[in-house]
Amino acid sequence: MNRKSRNKRLDKGFSILGIASIAFGLIVLLVLIIDVFLDGSARLSWSFFTSFPSRKPELAGILSAWVGTVWIMAITALIALPLGIGAGIYLEEYAGKNRLTDFIEINIANLAGVPSVIYGLLGLGLFVRYFNLDRSILAGGLTLALLILPVIILSTREALRAVPFSIREASYASGATRWQTVRYQVIPAAFGSIMTGVILAMSRAVGETAPLITIGALTYIAFLPQGLSDPFTVLPIQIFNWVSRPQKGFFANAAAGIIVLLGLTLIMNAAAILLRHHYQKKIRW
Amino acid sequence: MLLKRRVLLKIKETLIERLLFFCSLLSVFTTLGIILVLSFETFEFFKEVPVLKFLTDTQWTPLFINKHFGILPLLSGTFLTTLIAMLVAMPVGLVGAVYLSEYSSLKVRNIVKPLLEILAAVPTVVYGYFALLFLTPLLKKIIPSLSGFNALSSGMVMGIMIIPLIVSLSEDAMRAVPMGLREGAYAVGSNRLQVSFRIVLPAALSGIIAAFILAVSRAIGETMIVAIAAGQQPKLTLNPLVPVETITAYIVQISLGDTPHGTLEYRTIFACGMSLFILTFILNMLSFKLKRRFQEVYE
Repeated sequence: MNRKSRNKRLDKGFSILGIASIAFGLIVLLVLIIDVFLDGSARLSWSFFTSFPSRKPELAGILSAWVGTVWIMAITALIALPLGIGAGIYLEEYAGKNRLTDFIEINIANLAGVPSVIYGLLGLGLFVRYFNLDRSILAGGLTLALLILPVIILSTREALRAVPFSIREASYASGATRWQTVRYQVIPAAFGSIMTGVILAMSRAVGETAPLITIGALTYIAFLPQGLSDPFTVLPIQIFNWVSRPQKGFFANAAAGIIVLLGLTLIMNAAAILLRHHYQKKIRW
Repeated sequence: MLLKRRVLLKIKETLIERLLFFCSLLSVFTTLGIILVLSFETFEFFKEVPVLKFLTDTQWTPLFINKHFGILPLLSGTFLTTLIAMLVAMPVGLVGAVYLSEYSSLKVRNIVKPLLEILAAVPTVVYGYFALLFLTPLLKKIIPSLSGFNALSSGMVMGIMIIPLIVSLSEDAMRAVPMGLREGAYAVGSNRLQVSFRIVLPAALSGIIAAFILAVSRAIGETMIVAIAAGQQPKLTLNPLVPVETITAYIVQISLGDTPHGTLEYRTIFACGMSLFILTFILNMLSFKLKRRFQEVYE
C-alpha cells in the first residue's frame, strides 16, 4: 500500500468520523424527544393545563406552573430588555476606548459565565432578604432579569456591530445627533438581530430552574398568583418536583410537562433562527 | 429660539447618554452584588467553621447531629461529573468542529449548526429527566452494579449538553485561521486531514483551549442534571457508579428544605456558592484571556 492511498483513506476515515460525531449529538436529541413523547403524551390533555398539582398523579396538572411561568417571563422581559439593550447601545455606540469600558466588557464576559445557581444566591441575599421581597414573583423576575442581562447585552452589541459604519457617517453628515443616528438609523437596521438575541435569551430564562429554587420558589402551589408580591412556581420547577418523587405515576406527569416546556423552547429557538434568516436575506450591505 | 432648541437638544443627548451609561454600569453592580452577598454570609460562616477545616475535612454532614463541614466530598463529586462530561464533550465536540470547519460544505454547516445549538437550548431539567429515567436504566443493562443515582449518567448527559459550546467556539477559532496558511499547505501537497491537524489545529490552539476551559466552567456550574440524577450523598470518591453530590446539587438540596434564615446550615450554601464562584471565575477569566489572544493574532 503506498503512502498516498493510505493518506487518502485516513482522510476519508476522518470525514466519516466527523459526520458521526455531529450525528451523535443530533441522534441523542431525537432520542430524547421520542423518549419524553412515549412517556408523557398520554397525560397531555386539556385538563392537564387547567388543573392544579395534586397528590394523585392522574389528577395533577400544570395550571399554577404555566401561569407562574407567564408572570415570571413578563417581569423578566420588562426589566431585562430595556436595560440590556440600553447597555449594549452604550458600549457599542457611545463608550470610548478606555479602561472603564474595558473593565465593563471583561465584567460582562465574566457574568455571562457565572453559574445560574449563583444568581439564585444573589437573588436570595439581595431581593428576598435585603429588599424583603420574600419568595415573590417580583424577586423571581428580578433574579432572572439579572441572569439574562449579559446575554442580551452581548447579542445587542453583536447586532449593532454588524451595521456598517457608512450608515452612521451618512446620518452624521446630514446633521443628525448621535442619539438621532442611533434611534433612526442604527437600531432599525439592527432590529432583527437584536430581537433574535432577545428571543434566545428569553428561551433560556423559560427553562431556568436552579436560581428560582434557590430563591425559595415553592414546589407545590394550589392557587394562582394575583400580583407581584405573591408566591409562585414555574413549569421547570413543577417538572423537577415530579421527577424527584418516588411514585412512578408522577414520571408521566413530568414527561408531559417536559413536552410543553420543550415545545415552548423549541418554538422560541425556531422563531429566532427564522428571524435571523429573514433579516439576513433582506438586508444586503 | 433656535438657540433654545439647540440647548434642549444638547440636554436631551446628555441625558440619554447618562441613562445608557447607567444601564451598562448595572452589570458592574451585579458582580458587586454577587461578591458582597456571598462574602457577607461566607464571612459569618467562617466565624463558626475554621477555613482550614472547611478545606481539609473529608466529611460533609451539615444536616446531621455530628456536623462536619469539609467541602472535599462536594468538590470530588463536582470534579467527577465534570471529568465525565469533558470526556464525552471534548472528543466529540472537537472532531465535529474540525469537520464543520474544514470538511463540510457551507450549506451543511448552515443547517447543522443551528440544529446543534438546540442541544444547548434544551432546559437542563429535561436533561436531568433523561439521565435519570432513560440513560441510567439503559446503562444498568450493561453495568448491573450501577446505582439509580450516579455520576456516570449525569456526567455523560452533561457532556452531550456541552458539545454545541465546544463545537461552536472551536469552529470559530479554526475559521479565524487565515486562508493563506491552508493554501500554502495544500500547495505543497497536503490533504485535508493533514491541513486540519498540522496547520489549522495548532494555529487555533489557544481558541480551542479557551473553549475547553469555558466548557469545564459550564460543567462545574451545571445544577439541575446532577441535582436530579447524581444523588444527594456527599462522598469522597471517584467511583462513577455510586451516588455523589456536587456543590451545586447541595445548594439545591438545602434550598428545597426549610432551613431557617441565619442558621449555620443556611450559610453553608453561601460558602459553597463562594467556592463555586471563585472556581468558575478563575476559569472564565483564563478562557477570556486566551480567546482575546487568538483574536489579537489573527484579526
